[in-house]
Amino acid sequence: MISQIREKLGELATDVIEGIDMPTVITTKENLLKVIEVLKNELGFNTITDITAVDWYGRRDKRFDVVYHLRKVQSPHRVRIKVAIDDGEKVPSLVPIFEGANWLEREVFDMFGIEFEGHPNMKRILLWEGFPGHPLRKDFFWREEVPLPENE
Amino acid sequence: MAVGTNGQERALLWRNIKLDPEEEKVIRKQLERALLLTRVEDMIRWAVNWGKGHSIWPVTFGLACCAIEMMATAQPRYDMARLGYEVFRASPRQADLMIVSGTVTWKMAPILRQIYDQMAEPKYVISMGTCANTGGKYWNYAVVPGVDNIVPVDVYVPGCPPRPESLLYGILQLKKKIEREKRPLFNF
Repeated sequence: MISQIREKLGELATDVIEGIDMPTVITTKENLLKVIEVLKNELGFNTITDITAVDWYGRRDKRFDVVYHLRKVQSPHRVRIKVAIDDGEKVPSLVPIFEGANWLEREVFDMFGIEFEGHPNMKRILLWEGFPGHPLRKDFFWREEVPLPENE
Repeated sequence: MAVGTNGQERALLWRNIKLDPEEEKVIRKQLERALLLTRVEDMIRWAVNWGKGHSIWPVTFGLACCAIEMMATAQPRYDMARLGYEVFRASPRQADLMIVSGTVTWKMAPILRQIYDQMAEPKYVISMGTCANTGGKYWNYAVVPGVDNIVPVDVYVPGCPPRPESLLYGILQLKKKIEREKRPLFNF
């Protein structure tokens, strides 16, 4: 599988490595949509299982890694895509390609504050509006006095 | 006879009356003759509290894993029904008791408060499990550190999660509390 991925992606991927559990494609945010489209249409990875992020606060030049997990329903093949971005940069949204990315991206926005460009409804999903900060960032500090949610 | 005697002693206990020996002798004599000596108000209050304490209807309100134990308490093995607490009401308007079973998040807190406000008087709250008591194991930025920040709590049941026996014991403690209650008579 990993050689197929290398072959099909070619220049689009910065690197394709054999991770401990699944092949990992490292790419840039400009090429992200093309990579996902190739993986979906030509290699048959037709489901998105997870989107998350990693905060390398102070340990890497580009602060965040956004991580996508794709999976093929017909066979047990999975693939991981990693995109490194800096704080404040926007990532293109996957919603036009995978409908299921909608809530996953909102969760990443909620927890890390990474915005997705072209997302139809970029709002918090788990925490309430007015919550200060994004809790999974390494520099998140929780004050006891948070503005509480209002009852609708 | 037994009921009357209990009521009599309780009535004395409530009012914190110390009788002088002569009077006590008279009362003892009367008790031996199966005579009751109490006020009508106390009698009615005792009857009302007895009724309230023996048919507490909880509202269906499960929040987390503690709710599973709460359900187990209602099932035949532990069987809350034999004590009179079986009717889990789906509407807070018909319920007397809210068992806060599980972690309460800040986002859930206004809803919990609203359900509590919708319940008719008299209403009671049991805080079930460590999460509801103090925030517990899952306490973080999104979790209320103790449900007593939101609603007044009558009985705290510790445990993570508490066994059904613990919850039953908690409800029986609440029953004891209700039986010693002194609300104004025309407010029940």
